[in-house]
Amino acid sequence: MTDTITHTTAAPIRRRVDTTSPEAQAGVRRRYRAEARFKSYGLLAILTAAVFLAVLLIDVVTKSLPAFTTNSLQLDVAIPADFVPADQKYNPAAIRSADYLPLMREALKTAIPGIQGRGPERTLIRLLSTGAPDGIRERLAADPSLIGTTIKAPLLLSDDADLYFKGAGTAITTRATRGTATPSDTTGTITITASGNEFSENLVTVKLALAELARAAITEADRAARSTASGAAERAADLRKQADELLAHAKDAASAELLDSRLPSLLVAINGGLVKITQLAADRIEGEVLLPLSSASEAKPGDWRVVTYTTPESARKINDLEVALLERFKTNGQVERAFNWRFFTSGDSREPELAGLRGAITGTALTLLVTLILCLPIGVAAAIYLEEFAPKNWFTDIIEVNINNLAAVPSIVFGLLGLAMFLNFFGLPRSAPLVGGLVLALLVLPTIIIASRAALKAVPPSIKEAALGVGASHQQAVFHHVLPLAMPGIMTGTIIGMAHALGETAPLLMIGMVAFIVDVPTGITDAATVLPVQIYLWSDLPELAFQAKTAAAIVVLLVFLFVMNGTAIWLRKRFERRW
Amino acid sequence: MDMTTQGIPTAQPYVPAKPATAAKVVARNVNVHYGEKHAIKDVNVDVPDQAVMAFIGPSGCGKSTFLRCINRMNDTIPICRVSGKIEIDSRDIYDPSLDVVQLRARVGMVFQKPNPFPKSIYENVAYGPRIHGLAKSKTDLDEIVTMSLQKAGLFNEVKDRLNDSGTGLSGGQQQRLCIARAIAVSPDIILMDEPCSALDPIATARIEELIDELRSNFCIIIVTHSMQQAARVSQRTAFFHLGVLVEEGETEAIFTNPREERTRDYITGRFG
Amino acid sequence: MTAIYFITLVFLVAAGYFLASQRAKVLRAAPNGAALHSLPTYHGLLGAVALFVPMLIVYAIGTPVVKMLATTNAFSFFPSELASDPLQRGVILRDVGNIIDGRYQGDPSAALRDAAASYSSTFSAGRLIVLGTGVVLGLASLFLVLSRISPAFRARNLFERFVIAVLILCALVAILTTVGIVFSVMWETYRFFFDPALKGRPTVAQFLFGTEWNPQAALRADQGEIRTAFGFIPLLTGTLLITLIAIVVAGPLGLFAAIYLSEYATPRFRAFAKPILEILAGIPTVVLGFFAALTVAPYIRGWGEGLGLDVASESALAAGLVMGMMIIPFISSLSDDVINSVPQSLRDGAYALGATKSETIKKVILPAALPGIVSAFMLAISRAIGETMIVVMAAGLAANLTFNPLDAVTTITVQIKTILVGDQEFDSAKTLAAFALGFVLFFVTLMLNIIAQQIVRRYREQYD
Repeated sequence: MTDTITHTTAAPIRRRVDTTSPEAQAGVRRRYRAEARFKSYGLLAILTAAVFLAVLLIDVVTKSLPAFTTNSLQLDVAIPADFVPADQKYNPAAIRSADYLPLMREALKTAIPGIQGRGPERTLIRLLSTGAPDGIRERLAADPSLIGTTIKAPLLLSDDADLYFKGAGTAITTRATRGTATPSDTTGTITITASGNEFSENLVTVKLALAELARAAITEADRAARSTASGAAERAADLRKQADELLAHAKDAASAELLDSRLPSLLVAINGGLVKITQLAADRIEGEVLLPLSSASEAKPGDWRVVTYTTPESARKINDLEVALLERFKTNGQVERAFNWRFFTSGDSREPELAGLRGAITGTALTLLVTLILCLPIGVAAAIYLEEFAPKNWFTDIIEVNINNLAAVPSIVFGLLGLAMFLNFFGLPRSAPLVGGLVLALLVLPTIIIASRAALKAVPPSIKEAALGVGASHQQAVFHHVLPLAMPGIMTGTIIGMAHALGETAPLLMIGMVAFIVDVPTGITDAATVLPVQIYLWSDLPELAFQAKTAAAIVVLLVFLFVMNGTAIWLRKRFERRW
Repeated sequence: MDMTTQGIPTAQPYVPAKPATAAKVVARNVNVHYGEKHAIKDVNVDVPDQAVMAFIGPSGCGKSTFLRCINRMNDTIPICRVSGKIEIDSRDIYDPSLDVVQLRARVGMVFQKPNPFPKSIYENVAYGPRIHGLAKSKTDLDEIVTMSLQKAGLFNEVKDRLNDSGTGLSGGQQQRLCIARAIAVSPDIILMDEPCSALDPIATARIEELIDELRSNFCIIIVTHSMQQAARVSQRTAFFHLGVLVEEGETEAIFTNPREERTRDYITGRFG
Repeated sequence: MTAIYFITLVFLVAAGYFLASQRAKVLRAAPNGAALHSLPTYHGLLGAVALFVPMLIVYAIGTPVVKMLATTNAFSFFPSELASDPLQRGVILRDVGNIIDGRYQGDPSAALRDAAASYSSTFSAGRLIVLGTGVVLGLASLFLVLSRISPAFRARNLFERFVIAVLILCALVAILTTVGIVFSVMWETYRFFFDPALKGRPTVAQFLFGTEWNPQAALRADQGEIRTAFGFIPLLTGTLLITLIAIVVAGPLGLFAAIYLSEYATPRFRAFAKPILEILAGIPTVVLGFFAALTVAPYIRGWGEGLGLDVASESALAAGLVMGMMIIPFISSLSDDVINSVPQSLRDGAYALGATKSETIKKVILPAALPGIVSAFMLAISRAIGETMIVVMAAGLAANLTFNPLDAVTTITVQIKTILVGDQEFDSAKTLAAFALGFVLFFVTLMLNIIAQQIVRRYREQYD
């Protein structure tokens, strides 16, 4: 590459860099390719991080969307005049403690007439959340004159029904028919006879689905056969037998089929009612009436339809009757979607549709308040001492090394400290924002000290000299001039430290802030939880609706974080000073 | 004020206590060490009152270090040790019982680079009087600020914008603001550490005029690397070289007829 | 009580400030008065401090003493074996408190009623004494200050000495935190290994070299024989496995990102890429854990099934990958700093010889920055070892001794969290085991950090 002069015993040889030969040019090209490759690795690394971040954020936001809205049924609720005893009519406590379940049941039955039997009725009432009467309760308590009237009220749906309207249900296809059909009855188990081979199309679909199930069973059997676990061989044999049976059914194109919950649900909408097909032949079906028919008369071509719920019942949270009911409410225009205010105004709950963040947000605010009150003055004071007054000796060195090391101690160890010291030794209350704030204060103290020292160091010494020059004492120079000028930097560091504290979870688990707490805390010694811990708690719950809640809580947490960091960046930009 | 423990007169408006001819600052066998480095070696000098004394010498010769001994600014540097004796009005300023803060109130300082506080012009000047409790009322303070700005020759330029930031002024104005800030606490002595090195020639001329005017009220010590400046503003000059005070005397004598070879070489530009 | 005390305190402090500063002002205003050494404000502040400090000390000492005395008096009405049983003691104390607050349900026994009366009388007398002592001592020290006020009185210097003391105290909090951590963790660890009263404690060797981890003790007889074991090795391998995956992911990515940012990126690209890394660094780990458990893990599982592999639903790979993403910004920002601090002259030297940029980086800059990069990796490893939430949510609980990244493993932090969340008893080996794990964690991360800092310090000295 370079000109080199080598001295040997013979005459000095002079070598030059060869730039013209084809080999040399190929070498240069190779080096440039290596250069481009190397550069692209770097770009790729950054893009990987960016893509990861984007996927993470998009994933969380997408998952969170369902939690920000809520579906309820707009129903007419008749409140009987004797709903509360006449002498208690103006007593809000009595109104609040009355039993609202019958009201709900009546309202639902009025909306969908003809539902009979304990089972279907229970299904109907279970569509509603246990918190459904809350709105009516408050309205009645505020205005007892409504008792004895019929009011229109939104009744909150249960989590599964709510999720059904948010896309966690099933696709529904409807097929018009060409011939006539005659139901045998209006309720119970009935048969419907069509004028032609009206159902053969459905029969083909069902056979195909059976073949698909058989294939899945074979795959599963193969997997089981490979496995060494005990009982795997029997399981494989069992699966193969099932598959054979399924295939036999699938091959016989003409035979009638019994439908079960592994297959898509087929229904017939006829005479204003809905029949769930249990046995399917090409020209007639047998089925259960889900919604009663108005009459058993013959339906004309086009007046009846075959409905398919594509997702098999076993793969859904809600059964066919519930789907039928919810669809009926929907066609009646009684389903209303609204912004989920409850999510921000109520505390935690075991019912996903009732659970809210208010308790966690309040707990976070109280905890961070304690943290801020403790760590800002202590951190700034320590920074001032170390930066301005500390003599250079071994003791100061120890403090410095110590602060740097503390910044790298795993946060869970601070939790152990909180548990052993604050809870066991000092006997402070468990789960309280006071202890949480103390632990977090110790956790972010190093961050704040380091940031404050950097901010103090950034103030030019000439300012301090100027103050000393007119006879200010060292402390006056620091507190009158250096500290105010360092304040924006200190504030920036503090906000970043507080953002760090806001996202911290592990140490708070250690001091018991993981309890299930419904009440919104009112003081720093009340039991409370904080946002990240709430996220952790919800993420552990089995209900599907809590997954959306968890994601929504994450979105709220991230919004707080972005606001805090944005403020820090704004502060830095706004007060940035070039000396 | 308890004179026996405090030594220095109180921070009241200046009343010359001694005839102008007496030495204001007396330094005897002053040595300064920065860690291992011996920065000032056995310096002896008498600084007269109501006159300007210039310290000249090549860079790194210790003239600034010595200047900073006179108001004990070196105390802020942990590795710096000062030995020997410096007296102001016959009072040892390194006496442990002496409050360094009060010393600095008596010995003002103007720095190489203008360093106004990032506050209003008014606040810049008022800060010193305020921390020393020199003003009994707001009007009193206004008067001190006005007087100081007038003495520093800045008042007419800034009287309409006293509440504007001091850092918004031009370099020369900033330096005069710093001078106003120094004289607002009515010191006896003003130390100037190359006050014009960051300024253009016109601003330098203004400052030099100002120094000449201030001479009648203060003892001024100026460190400068410009021999012309020393010749123009000072009555006495001291030449430092490698931490040693080589020669000291009437400015005119130093520049026309130095006793020492090294002084002559420096003045004639053989080294520097 | 506390409220009354502190209201008195605030009032007296204000009065102290006023009295002292007024006295100084009077001195200054006297016709023949000399100037004050310190401003009246400082005299006032000194007066306030003179009141504040003794009153605070009296409160801090007095309150616990009064409480202790009242408790002792209350228990004098009960047999001594009752008072020495911690459980009974707690019950009695709560009942006493309830009687005093008038919340006691039912009819209290005579002893309980007497105890409550004695408790409340001792308590109210005691707090009156505390208040009185505080006020008297505070006023005494205020008058000492007032008596010394004179023009020469150096109030500012004294007050500044107090301020320095406060500043030093604040700086000591950092030391106290470390002492607190070491003390609390070490003490419980010591008990875990050496407390003779502890049932089922392992020896140090069993702990360090045991290959089975099962801290669960049989709580009831019908649970049968549960083998309790405190072998640390499976936790260590689990932690190392996840850390290794994380470093394998984050090491190259972070390092290349740092190289690109410091050597190739245009200022505009930097302005876009830096915030992305900063945002990534600022994402709370509980969020990453959620993502790992609900998105990454199922994806890896599905992908594994597609290839016919058995993937645990809580595989080490999912946790490790997401943890790797978490420490990318960590490695990149630390490496960025060290690469930037390599002197430009070294680069210029290589360029002048005709080296391309990547050759310069590989042959000159990286070797020069190597110590700094090594320390960045060590800090990242320490961060990964101590990370809790990602592994708690995405890694398993079962202590499998395996190096298969598709299996579920558990880590030190997961076990600490699992053991300590919920009810703990501080005399069971299980609870103390968590502290022993915490001690190991603290010690390992501390060592990594100290070594990394040493390397950085030496590296800085080389180029400064």
